[in-house]
Amino acid sequence: MISDVRKSTVFSFFILSGLMLSAVLMLHARQSRINSEATLAANAKMVKDLRLTDLCLFTEARYTRHPSMADLHSPFQDHPLALDHFPSGSLVSPPRFHHGAP
Amino acid sequence: MNRSVERHRNIVDFAISSLFRRKGKNISLLLVYTLIVFVIASIIFFIQALKREAGLVLKDAPDIVVQRLIAGRHDLIPVNYAGKIASIRGVSGVRPRLWGYYYDAAVGANYTLMATDDQPPAEESIFIGSGVARSRRLAEGDMMTFRASSGAPVLLTVDKILSSESELVAADLVIMTEKDFRTMFEFPGERATDLALTITNPREITTIAAKIVQQLPDTRPILKSEILRTYDSVFDWRGGMLIVMLSAAVLSFIIFAWDKATGLSAEERKEIGILKSIGWETADVLLLKFWEGTVISLSAFITGVILAYVHVFFFSASLFEQALKGWAVLYPQFKLIPLVDPYQLAVLFFLTVVPYTVATIIPSWRAATVDPDAAMRS
Repeated sequence: MISDVRKSTVFSFFILSGLMLSAVLMLHARQSRINSEATLAANAKMVKDLRLTDLCLFTEARYTRHPSMADLHSPFQDHPLALDHFPSGSLVSPPRFHHGAP
Repeated sequence: MNRSVERHRNIVDFAISSLFRRKGKNISLLLVYTLIVFVIASIIFFIQALKREAGLVLKDAPDIVVQRLIAGRHDLIPVNYAGKIASIRGVSGVRPRLWGYYYDAAVGANYTLMATDDQPPAEESIFIGSGVARSRRLAEGDMMTFRASSGAPVLLTVDKILSSESELVAADLVIMTEKDFRTMFEFPGERATDLALTITNPREITTIAAKIVQQLPDTRPILKSEILRTYDSVFDWRGGMLIVMLSAAVLSFIIFAWDKATGLSAEERKEIGILKSIGWETADVLLLKFWEGTVISLSAFITGVILAYVHVFFFSASLFEQALKGWAVLYPQFKLIPLVDPYQLAVLFFLTVVPYTVATIIPSWRAATVDPDAAMRS
């Protein structure tokens, strides 16, 4: 019986299910954002209370742990042409500061 | 209307049958295509969600952080600078920050040690981030050993483990009293790591920063906007490994789209010749090829995007973990809050589906405009 179903029908069904699943995921994203408001507020409070400046994303080097606090040339601290030797240095761009001292 | 829909359905039926005749080739094409969409969409989802979360979490970061520089390097700042800075009009608060790094040779991890005067732990006790607890297998009430600057061991009691939901900001934190911090590092009493400033009017931040540099030329003020901008440029698609990952994905897509665009197989040419000789118009042949391209690209796009969402938001982008982890022993385990930007998805759609579909039509149009007899004999 299945072989009687037209291929275009199967394709339409596949695309429609994909779109419906995408819509469900969009709703999941919306709901997760609402559910995580308390966590976000708690993290923001911790940032305020402890006066934190950076996210804890990379702990391997001090300039990737606190990129906003690092000297501009930290990745090249060994000598001016030294390439960064920490893998996360290739993911983190240097901060863009526009004023004052380096 | 119904006739037009029925015509398209017939052509889609034929297009799918035609794709199934070259099953091996088209399934591998679909897999590669899905993989490319999956990689690009995963990167987009990950970056967007991380940037949003950074912006929301760091919105209450200090308005200005003032560091002291000596010979171009960050140095400890005299606490009496706080009084000078507090006298600048518009500065509503100056608080010294005491923080630094500690390398734990036992597990090879780096921790961020910090003293706090806001609900601090009891003396000789610490609050630790859940990343630290995980790497040292510690529970509340356990003792944690540190090596002080003098080399003497320091034993501190774990008073509290910060919630695992705070890992994005606090996974590697060890919070202690100012006294314990100063004793452990023999930190001079009149110095701090840097100063955190609160400014009454956010519009005056730049002016106040300029005044600080003018009055204290050996300092470097870092504004909150710069902190936020740092996280906007972290994972910037134009820099670092992301451009390598993206360009590898885009290049592989171009290669297979190019392969498709540069010619049809002899079998496909023959098929077009036969279709034309039994009465198909050139427009019908192009419609057939359009639907063949659409079936592949639309299926790959939808599957790739759904898989990317599941990968990033249900499995915490586990495939990227090794790249993000680098050599770090302590890696925060956090679940990003889902964010899907329709604009980014639309760009991805137009960069992948449209070029591929067009790429399949052009060689077919060239084949469909030649004489059917010549096409069948070629």
